[in-house]
Amino acid sequence: MSGSDKTDMRTPLSKVRGHGSAKEGTSHFWEQRLTAFANIPLSLFFMYAVFAMAGKSYNEAMAFIAHPFVAVMLLLFVVSSTYHMKLGMQMVIEDYVSGEKKKILMLMLNIFFSAAVALACIFSILKISFGG
Amino acid sequence: MASKKTERPLSPHLFIYKPMLSMTLSVIHRATGMAMYFGTLVVAWWFMSMAMGAEAYEFFAWVMGSWVGMIVLVGFTWVLFHHMFGGIKHFFWDFGKGFELETVEHVAKLAVVVPVCATIIVWAFGLMLTSGGAL
Repeated sequence: MSGSDKTDMRTPLSKVRGHGSAKEGTSHFWEQRLTAFANIPLSLFFMYAVFAMAGKSYNEAMAFIAHPFVAVMLLLFVVSSTYHMKLGMQMVIEDYVSGEKKKILMLMLNIFFSAAVALACIFSILKISFGG
Repeated sequence: MASKKTERPLSPHLFIYKPMLSMTLSVIHRATGMAMYFGTLVVAWWFMSMAMGAEAYEFFAWVMGSWVGMIVLVGFTWVLFHHMFGGIKHFFWDFGKGFELETVEHVAKLAVVVPVCATIIVWAFGLMLTSGGAL
């Protein structure tokens, strides 16, 4: 291991866990990369879905989304992208909003907005899938 | 140190730098991310209108099919590709690759051109498929 002090039994990973300005260690960094990577195929699928639905009637569009594969891919897209955008906006707020009260309020609003968008999409996709 | 208003060195302000492509792209990366943050409202509207019924969906489809809606959708596509290719660039940087000044400059130029091309290709294909009735 890279530790110079032989009496130190702590691993490098345990030293970074729970640290950083938000006391959450490297999890923000990791989760942002994880969702970013997932978003590449998922958002390409989303674009395909948009074009597949364009010009379709309501019933055809409903049937398209109700297909289990399409529904699951769209749900994955919603979960991954809304979590990714929550992380991204959190970083912007932490960087640019000064003043602790204002910052905490903005961080709360960020979570509320992201959760509301995610749930609105998830509920709707499930409702469509389970038969309108 | 009695006074609380100690003169501390300020972090360098963005505006004293001559804008460079890589730096401009960094700003655009955040801007595109924030645009899509609020753009998800359109996505939520899409799914919710379908869940609400034919009338709500047809109104949504009418708005998106109008020229304003088309501009929003084409813009959304470009923003998504721009953010995506910026993100892929960041993956390479995360692994410590591509930091040579010349490479940074080349990749920055690619990061401008590729998303524009990708947007044009996707819309050309998309419009061909939808108007041809292949989908």
